[in-house]
Amino acid sequence: MLKTFKIGGVHPEENKFSADQPAEVLDFSKQVIIPLSQSLGAPSKAIVEKGDLIKVGQLIAKGESFISSNIHSSVSGKVLKVDQVLDQSGYRRPAIFINVDGDEWIEGIDRSSEIKKEITLTKEEIVKKVHELGIVGLGGATFPSHVKLMVPEGKKAEVLIINGVECEPYLTADHRLMLENGEEVLIGTSILMKGLGVNRAIIGIENNKTDAIANLAKLALNFDGIEIETLKVQYPQGGEKQLIDTVINRQVPSGKLPIEVGAVVNNVGTAFAVYEAVQKNKPLIERTVTVTGKGVSKPGNYKVRIGTSINTLIEKVGGLPENTGKIVSGGPMMGKALNSIDVPVVKGTSGVLLFEEEEARRIEPTNCIRCGKCITVCPMGLEPVLIAQYAESEMWEEVEAERAMDCIECGSCQYTCPAARPLLDYIRLGKFKVGQIIRIRSKK
Amino acid sequence: MNLLTVSGSPHVHGDNSTKKIMYGVAFAMIPTLLVSVYFFGLDAIRVTLLSVFACMLFEWIIQKYLIKGPVTITDGSAIISGILLAFNVPSNIPTWIIIIGAFVTIGIAKMSFGGLGKNPFNPALVGRVFLLISFPVQMTSWPKPSALFNSLADAVTGPTPLGHLKEELKVGRTVQDILENGTSWTVDGINYIYKIPDYMDQLMGNLGGSLGEISALALILGGIYMLMRKIISWHIPVSFIGSVIIFTGILWVVNPDIYVNPGFHLITGGLMLGAIFMATDMVSSPMSFKGQLIFGLGCGVLTVIIRIWGAYPEGVSFAILIMNAFVPLINRSIKPKRFGEVAR
Repeated sequence: MLKTFKIGGVHPEENKFSADQPAEVLDFSKQVIIPLSQSLGAPSKAIVEKGDLIKVGQLIAKGESFISSNIHSSVSGKVLKVDQVLDQSGYRRPAIFINVDGDEWIEGIDRSSEIKKEITLTKEEIVKKVHELGIVGLGGATFPSHVKLMVPEGKKAEVLIINGVECEPYLTADHRLMLENGEEVLIGTSILMKGLGVNRAIIGIENNKTDAIANLAKLALNFDGIEIETLKVQYPQGGEKQLIDTVINRQVPSGKLPIEVGAVVNNVGTAFAVYEAVQKNKPLIERTVTVTGKGVSKPGNYKVRIGTSINTLIEKVGGLPENTGKIVSGGPMMGKALNSIDVPVVKGTSGVLLFEEEEARRIEPTNCIRCGKCITVCPMGLEPVLIAQYAESEMWEEVEAERAMDCIECGSCQYTCPAARPLLDYIRLGKFKVGQIIRIRSKK
Repeated sequence: MNLLTVSGSPHVHGDNSTKKIMYGVAFAMIPTLLVSVYFFGLDAIRVTLLSVFACMLFEWIIQKYLIKGPVTITDGSAIISGILLAFNVPSNIPTWIIIIGAFVTIGIAKMSFGGLGKNPFNPALVGRVFLLISFPVQMTSWPKPSALFNSLADAVTGPTPLGHLKEELKVGRTVQDILENGTSWTVDGINYIYKIPDYMDQLMGNLGGSLGEISALALILGGIYMLMRKIISWHIPVSFIGSVIIFTGILWVVNPDIYVNPGFHLITGGLMLGAIFMATDMVSSPMSFKGQLIFGLGCGVLTVIIRIWGAYPEGVSFAILIMNAFVPLINRSIKPKRFGEVAR
């Protein structure tokens, strides 16, 4: 029997329409907008000004605190302005606007397609490179990757887990990457192993990507210490804690990081970005994005420069269908609904989903029938119905006592609820309020 | 272009719905209904249709004119309550009693608590117990099941196996004697003989009892369907029935003269109906699997206690209602296994 995580989980319709579409390089548009908040942690600080001429790969914003990241220009041209822009969060936040002119790269970036296998950098140099070139986790959380490589005092990394699960329905960007750039992913994995100082890595891939599993398994024969693990298809297996539980059968304690059980998890996309940074000196300026939806005439995967408007991507797949009712950045379970198509692609954008009018609307909620299905499917072993009811009644202490902060917001509860109750909405509200309370408490 | 919908994730919903669950339960009750029609004739149809109609009507009246809110009579829950109430009464029950039962079921046990999902007690059981206490004569004169569609005039009333056994045990007979020789009595010079049906008849439903409790086989069939559709989980039926078997088994081993064997307890009376359709009611049973096991265990033990030492021959309804009252307590004290708890 294939491995999976032990508690909860659901299996939504997969709808991976674009699985057979090779990732195509997307022509960049006339203007790109590069937001300064692209990773978890503090926003980066712009170091270019209006009128500056910049090249592809040039550092344009610096991450100044420990948890923040550098941002590089994905295009060459002239800085139009540094101004507020409506980004994927739905808020106006600072970004660098660049008018594109040609495609001129800075010196020192190896743009050849030759695969460089030999790792010459030392452990410390790898961490420094990953930091300098703005690599962040590409699985969705965009946690700065160099922070993950720096194991805290007293802790020991034993195993590196590479996340090739792609458990979100619709998305196929990681799938294509493992098929088309398998060797680079494995070299990237080896680099991360060296950076962490571990000699074992496990790449977990769900059983609905058998071609990617076969490809990586064949290639992995030439790499030391990298194992490919075939996993049962189960959402949310791509969740960090769930994947660790699946692969090495250890449960990260509440409120703790994976390193507590000796594991570090990185996405396959991140492994690829690390390869490009360390071996080719290329900063994180582009990523693969899936553009799909039931009404989309030709769903596909595209290699996109960061800062490209989502509208450009939509035009590439045949334009916005007439009856589009919702546009989601990311997967259907955890992605964010956008309120505009003119927002830029950022480092964390894994997909753009176009939902038809009838799929876009939520089902009208009815009374809770106390079936307990939300409890059965919760991968964190929580009681979503209870947390949601406490939050609805503004009983924040109870929300906290029911361990709402453990919730990973995977949405399995709301997905399953036969009464279509907005459970996750209330749990999010509860988490937000409890977060405020915890911050006030820690200040005292 | 249309305006875009902006809402929180998840953006997809599984195909499960309250309606699907409710109509799934109703569908699972069809075999039982067919058996009752076979044995009790058109009366079974009369009682069931009347009960369903009355339940829906009361819900409609209350939602529309009393609460003045949305009318949700088509969600299937009133239909289930109606069928279950019908399953819990004898087929020769007078029409007016069913209507009172439906009023208690919907009006008092369900709507007064806030409607679907809010009721602490199983509505159909509240209705049944109300009728049992208020109209004991009408509620306990069971027509003897006989060939298909015989006329009402021919229908004879007879006792249920459980009731008969309890009465005869009171006069000091042994279980073996009652089961093997039956009982004869004379009224107005006419000789009557009653013998408890054998196991095959009991399994098929050829015995006295309420509409829906006679055929263990048909009830199990419905239960398997609900298990396969994942409408119910195995926990409540298995722990309920299992604890009845174990408890009565121990008593039977201790003294088979006064305690009947577990098999008898298993297929007579309302145990199957209760364990499969009544105790598994989502609204009034615990939410966690562990809690459901405890709930089922409690139902089983209480059923046996009432059947053997209580005033009534049958204890399933009371047992479930009593355990319904414990559900909030069970939900509160049984927490699911949290992720990461072992590692601590």
